[in-house]
Amino acid sequence: MCQNCSLDEKDKKLQDVIAKYKDTKGALIPVLHEAQTIYGYLPLTVQEKVAEGLSVPLSEVYGVVTFYTNFSLYPKGQYKISLCLGTACYVKGSSLVLDELKKQLGIEVGQCTADGKFSLDACRCLGACGLAPVMMINEDVYGTLVPGDVAGILKKY
Amino acid sequence: MKSLAELKAIKEKVKKPVDYKILVGMATCGVAAGAGPVMDSFSKIISEKNLTNIELKLTGCIGICRLEPLVEVYDKKGNRYTYVKMTAERVAEVMEKHIIGGMPVTEYLIYDEPGQPLQNILDTKFFKKQVRIALRNCGIINPENIDDYIERDGYTALGKVLTQMKPDEVIQTMMDSGLRGRGGAGFPTGLKWKFAAAAKGDQKYVCCNADEGDPGAFMDRSVLEGDPHSVLEAMAIAGFAIGSNQGYIYVRAEYPTAVKRLYIAIKQAKEYGLLGKNIFNTGFDFDIELRLGAGAFVCGEETALMTSIEGKRGEPRPRPPFPANKGLFGVPTILNNVETFANVAEIINKGAAWFSSIGTEKSKGTKVFAVGGKIHTTGLVEIPMGTTLREVLYDICGGIPNGKAFKAAQTGGPSGGCIPAEHLDIKIDYDSLISIGAMMGSGGLIVMDEDNCMVDIARFFLGFTVDESCGKCPPCRIGTRRMLEILDRITSGNSEPEDLNRLERLAGSIKESALCALGQTAPNPILSTIKYFRKEYETHIIDKKCPTCVCKELLNYYIDPEKCTGCSVCSRNCPVKCISGQIKSPFVIDNEKCIKCGTCMTKCKFGAISRK
Repeated sequence: MCQNCSLDEKDKKLQDVIAKYKDTKGALIPVLHEAQTIYGYLPLTVQEKVAEGLSVPLSEVYGVVTFYTNFSLYPKGQYKISLCLGTACYVKGSSLVLDELKKQLGIEVGQCTADGKFSLDACRCLGACGLAPVMMINEDVYGTLVPGDVAGILKKY
Repeated sequence: MKSLAELKAIKEKVKKPVDYKILVGMATCGVAAGAGPVMDSFSKIISEKNLTNIELKLTGCIGICRLEPLVEVYDKKGNRYTYVKMTAERVAEVMEKHIIGGMPVTEYLIYDEPGQPLQNILDTKFFKKQVRIALRNCGIINPENIDDYIERDGYTALGKVLTQMKPDEVIQTMMDSGLRGRGGAGFPTGLKWKFAAAAKGDQKYVCCNADEGDPGAFMDRSVLEGDPHSVLEAMAIAGFAIGSNQGYIYVRAEYPTAVKRLYIAIKQAKEYGLLGKNIFNTGFDFDIELRLGAGAFVCGEETALMTSIEGKRGEPRPRPPFPANKGLFGVPTILNNVETFANVAEIINKGAAWFSSIGTEKSKGTKVFAVGGKIHTTGLVEIPMGTTLREVLYDICGGIPNGKAFKAAQTGGPSGGCIPAEHLDIKIDYDSLISIGAMMGSGGLIVMDEDNCMVDIARFFLGFTVDESCGKCPPCRIGTRRMLEILDRITSGNSEPEDLNRLERLAGSIKESALCALGQTAPNPILSTIKYFRKEYETHIIDKKCPTCVCKELLNYYIDPEKCTGCSVCSRNCPVKCISGQIKSPFVIDNEKCIKCGTCMTKCKFGAISRK
């Protein structure tokens, strides 16, 4: 995310992305991925710009944003925690790790801490099942988790 | 690259002699376990000591997840050593004693039993029964260097196809090999290509399904992170066979390392002219674009995936028309799974007869399984079709830990079924698994032991399917939700006697009427667990008890008056004050008020509290 960019700079980056994909077939999802990287999330104002830039109805953009779980209408934290609740992780007790995360952060799944530092999501499978239970914080992967590991990991950020 | 001779020259060029070759496993699991600092430590020491006769490189998934970070050392005589659980400190010792001193550090080498080191991974029980075709290069090459792939005969199959074969010969080879789709459905790959080749159209597409969404599956991730070129080469071969010059790889966004390595691989292949225009000077063009998923399991379904590439909500379409005639952007399209593609180059190079000599009568070749859950050695296992489940779980993966009894193995993820102990000797292939109410699936194999509740597991899978349902067709959108409500009732002690019949009737209707495979297979885990664990369901429904004490709301906590010392610690910590008694006399729990949090059991120092 361009945390230090002004809104004008972000808007300019979005226009560059739209120009890049203008002639690509099925461009909407790649553009939304890059837009979310620029703004951190996809509020209606950004969706409107994408709709106009790609000549796609806003309703279609909104339909796509709300269909896919990776796209968020609400701000995410600077550090996005994604705990896997897939089968292998579930069988090895990931729900206990989730309880500890909720306790340490004071938020529920889908929420963001008041200072904007952490957001918490549960996802279904990160594909690192050999190290179950697993979570990702942005692109860092942590495996073989027990509830006792949570506090130490959060302190790193 | 204009000719096969140029390819061979690159293959010969990279064979420069070194004293030691060091490979650090840096797929997602390796990095998660700490391979980054291990690599940095090797790099630093080699640089500081100015060692010029050492080759250090990253590699993909070596296969044994629980022993990560893994490092492989090859000396100039070709001896191979596998170091496990490596740390920056251990690196310093290995560098000093082995690389510089010439003596392997045996206490850090791989083992079957702790304290009894072996030399390398090939000596382990884990590897002995494996036959690595799809995973042939994983853990051996640097996936970020195309020269490594070429050294291992990479792109010779594409060269052979373009310069020596006709499209229908390629298709016939695939048909003769007996390769069936490794994504789960098991459709014959050669037949799929044949249909698309026969379809009319100037524009056709080759798609790769890298949206490995089955929870518990990581086979495709390992191929993409460890050997991405095997997929690119196979897609180009498929393009030649069906008459297409454009491929799309739909890869899930939850695999950032795989995405990065695919981008690198495509760029390098283009630089060498192995993708793009006029490949090997034969006039054949083929290009590949990546498209990222965005977190929708249903986009692993063939038509939903294509709809997603088109930039829409990932909703499946009715068939007919089949994608071979009318697929992506309305033109003939083939979609194959990553693992299916990973087999193609070897089939072209070694021949259909070689491939079909492995496996069973109707399921040829090997299958990669991602073994996880309650099993001693988790990891990736590639075995010939026809290997028994018992061999996989006990001979290869070390059995069930902590002395627990095996209860069931789940294959096929949320679309699949469970295999109970009575079928441990089943020979794994597509048809044998279907005959017992299970399915091959994409390869996720989750092991459960006596402490898992099969009703809870069924509920877990259905919860996933309900979340992931696209909502287009009522049988899935409404039907699976109704099934989940029944399972919620069963696991919370509110079930009605009719519930088991209701589940079975609903399951049957949904299987017959849902639009796509997600809905049609959603009832499978429920039907399979009812088939083999009916008694467990009946205990939940009739007795309102959970035999494995997993379903919290069915548990009653109980204080043993013989062991209770009346210290009152449990009562003082109970959040709802449901434990009463007098000091130095046994305390009692009021189960009507108890919220089953388990705090009392955790706090009791005398082991007086249990649950049943």
